[in-house]
Amino acid sequence: MGMTISEKILAAHAGVDKVVPGEIINAKLDVVLSNDVTAPVAIKEFEKLGIEKVFDKEKIALVPDHFTPNKDIASAEQCKIVRDFARKHEVKHYWDTGRVGIEHCLLPEQGVVLPGDLIIGADSHTCTYGALGAFATGVGSTDCAAGMATGEAWFRVPETLKFVFHGTKFQPYVGGKDLILYIIGKIGVDGARYKAMEFTGNGIKALSMDNRLTMCNMAIEAGGKAGIIEPDEITLAYVKARAKRDYKVYHSDPDAVYEKVYEFDTEDIPLQIAFPHLPENTKSVEEAKGLKIDQVVIGSCTNGRLEDLEITAKILKGKKIHPNIRCLIFPGTQDILLEAMSRGWIQTMIEAGAAVSTPTCGPCLGGHMGILAKGERALSTTNRNFVGRMGHPESEVYLCNPAVAAASAICGQIVHPREVVDNG
Amino acid sequence: MGKAWKFGHDIDTDVIIPARYLNRFEPEHLAAHCMEDADASFAANVQPGDMMIGGKNFGCGSSREHAPLAIKAAGVKAIIAESYARIFYRNALNIGMPILECPEAVRGIEAGDEVEVDLQSSTIQNISKGTSFQATPFPPFMQELIKAGGLVPYVKEKRKNA
Repeated sequence: MGMTISEKILAAHAGVDKVVPGEIINAKLDVVLSNDVTAPVAIKEFEKLGIEKVFDKEKIALVPDHFTPNKDIASAEQCKIVRDFARKHEVKHYWDTGRVGIEHCLLPEQGVVLPGDLIIGADSHTCTYGALGAFATGVGSTDCAAGMATGEAWFRVPETLKFVFHGTKFQPYVGGKDLILYIIGKIGVDGARYKAMEFTGNGIKALSMDNRLTMCNMAIEAGGKAGIIEPDEITLAYVKARAKRDYKVYHSDPDAVYEKVYEFDTEDIPLQIAFPHLPENTKSVEEAKGLKIDQVVIGSCTNGRLEDLEITAKILKGKKIHPNIRCLIFPGTQDILLEAMSRGWIQTMIEAGAAVSTPTCGPCLGGHMGILAKGERALSTTNRNFVGRMGHPESEVYLCNPAVAAASAICGQIVHPREVVDNG
Repeated sequence: MGKAWKFGHDIDTDVIIPARYLNRFEPEHLAAHCMEDADASFAANVQPGDMMIGGKNFGCGSSREHAPLAIKAAGVKAIIAESYARIFYRNALNIGMPILECPEAVRGIEAGDEVEVDLQSSTIQNISKGTSFQATPFPPFMQELIKAGGLVPYVKEKRKNA
């Protein structure tokens, strides 16, 4: 009986030949990640352990991205705790304002996370790295502290759910965001609770890395422990340009056992909108058409990558943001921002009337840089639309892909991008 | 024994402790804003020993350990839910916040009922209604973790014996 890619990575890191779902293992970690919200708590717990040194200064990543550039004195104090710890322990993967990006855009881009890795991160969207063929999962600060101290963590080996996408033709403007929202709409926010979600099929092979990263990023919104995609030539081309250390490519065995297999036809999936207040409340963009909005947010660890900015600029080119809309754009990293500048996209966005920011998680979690007032409604490419997620508890967040967000920013209401591009 | 505070399904970590308060991490600061967006009266009225009752997928969303920390600091003795989101479950165990999984108890407890839990035996009693329930026992490894008082004392102990 074979193993899935997730089981193989877990077994290899536990130093055993085979693992089975349900088994509890202790495994060695390749990367331990934390940010400016979760690291201060982790550092406090780390200090309780009475250990002088982190297990490996090359395998820790500290990314102050949530409340940075510091929004107030309290967040500055939190960031200082992280900065002091990074300097004291000579943490290799530490970036500060001006160099830092949104963690889940930054780590793959900088080659810090690689195929075959076992990664824990004190951020729920750590599952993003599954797009590279790594087993990556979100944990809390105490797990992160123990990981930084020992280089190990305990895991319950998850059952795997397989999501097969047949076909390589997509409806116009449909991308990874729509595929994952579609899945979450079908199985619910706890449909993959405790499970690994393996995305496969010709439809997935046809997706770019940016789209795959978006899909794996939102595995947690279905309750998934990990989202994972077997590496192929697209993955390897992405990784080869970035990797500064060895990595290993794993594949699922043909006779691997899955708890359940879901099959979809790519052509059947329309553009998705997730209505408040859960990512599972999905409808097609046609069903949401005409809904008035106050703010549009494009960016975040979900959709702040180069292709997301490319489609945004393409749609905004030569047009104006609707006068009733605040359109905020957050590139994922400094490199993405620079590239978007050199291609003229940032100028296009600003000319259209958008506010373009330095990379930060700010508005996605209602931290800063775009908070909603009571009764306001945002259309956002971020990952969550919980009550109060972007500000006032009586505000609303709708989730979509960047093309829908950009087109809707021009119209002041939710529209299909073809209404702006094809008829514009 | 404590009073039951009952909430619905998919209680997410943003509702347990909104991100706007995560620029600080002192337990008393987190406790003061716990559940604010679901029930603004909770933080002011919850008493030490009270129980929190939730539906399915309790604690979904963020990895912020601030969520179980806020509940613990608010004085809640135990959380009883139909099921838990994975990271929340792990975080609660790691910080020594007692959590019990028992759909029957959730159905059999109304807001305001007096409830008692025995964490050793994972039994739940609804004193107001005179009923009792058996929660799913923790797997052996997690029992060890609970016995040690959370992950930090567990790791400390293991290193001492290594």
